[in-house]
Amino acid sequence: MYIIVVGGGEVGFHLVRSLLQNDHEVLCIEKDPERCALIAEELGSVISRGDGCEAATLEKLGAGRADILVAATGEDEDNLVACQVAKHKFNVSRTIARIHNPENKVIFELLGVDATVSSTEVILAQIEQEMPAHPLISLQRLKGSNLELVNVEIPPNSRVVNTQLSEIELPTGSMIVLIYDRDRGIQLIEDNTVLQEADEVVAVVRPDQEEELRQILTNP
Amino acid sequence: MGAALAGELDAQGHDVSVIDIDSDAFQRLPSNFGGLAIRGNGTNQDTQKRAGVEKADVFVSVTAGDNRNVVAAQIAKHIFMVPKIVSRIYDPIRNEMYKDLGLETMSPTILGAIALKELILDTPVTSR
Repeated sequence: MYIIVVGGGEVGFHLVRSLLQNDHEVLCIEKDPERCALIAEELGSVISRGDGCEAATLEKLGAGRADILVAATGEDEDNLVACQVAKHKFNVSRTIARIHNPENKVIFELLGVDATVSSTEVILAQIEQEMPAHPLISLQRLKGSNLELVNVEIPPNSRVVNTQLSEIELPTGSMIVLIYDRDRGIQLIEDNTVLQEADEVVAVVRPDQEEELRQILTNP
Repeated sequence: MGAALAGELDAQGHDVSVIDIDSDAFQRLPSNFGGLAIRGNGTNQDTQKRAGVEKADVFVSVTAGDNRNVVAAQIAKHIFMVPKIVSRIYDPIRNEMYKDLGLETMSPTILGAIALKELILDTPVTSR
């Protein structure tokens, strides 16, 4: 596959290296001449100096035959525009944008970006999981749906400790898909499965129902 | 340009809110400016809300950055459904593209080139 990566910062650099290892044809566009020189030295002639938001630059680099464009600069607005230019000027079938402000996810996807990766959310989720008593953590948005995968740890004083799943009323349309118990390992979900203290519950839920689900599973 | 425009519209009796990331920019507003001055990033939905985007009739983005302008404009248009959006886009190619995508745009590059051309061609030139 031919993949264009816009932005040769840390994320862009490691992405390009990993894509090259997987035998893809990769080209990285970076504005800063020093970053360009560094990447050229480390990875060879896979770097082009320029502005990946400019149609003329993308045309020169053969965006018309690119299978994927990944916009991985440090600026959300540059990433959106690079993806929009790739989509609307060059019909690139798959565009992926890195975002920093998590609230930009909705608008970017509405405007035709095929996928967004929020570095802030990924880092937050990882840190929260390392916290001793963590609340509800959003793990992953399910592609093409208004649903997400979340993780909730059942606190010792929760009202649902020692309760059967069939007796717990979850938000409409949401579902517990997996329970991880430190002692017993992964538990298959059945109606008579009983929740216990410190269980890690993985559920599918609409983002606007997150808080309701958290309260049901963690309130005393 | 934002400060001059805001001053003009305010003087004509419209309710105007100005967003800028740098509060020093507000010093360029006329001293009798009666509108709101909000310090913040105009591409943030929260900042747009603080400026009253939810009841705005018009949203104008005229920062120095083309990309920032089109992102702020598209958020105002598609998230907050502001009926009229105008953006400044220097790059003529991006200007055309965003026009096709439904934004009202103004390119100072194109307008400047036309004005210069008129200055050159529409005034008599004495041949040497």
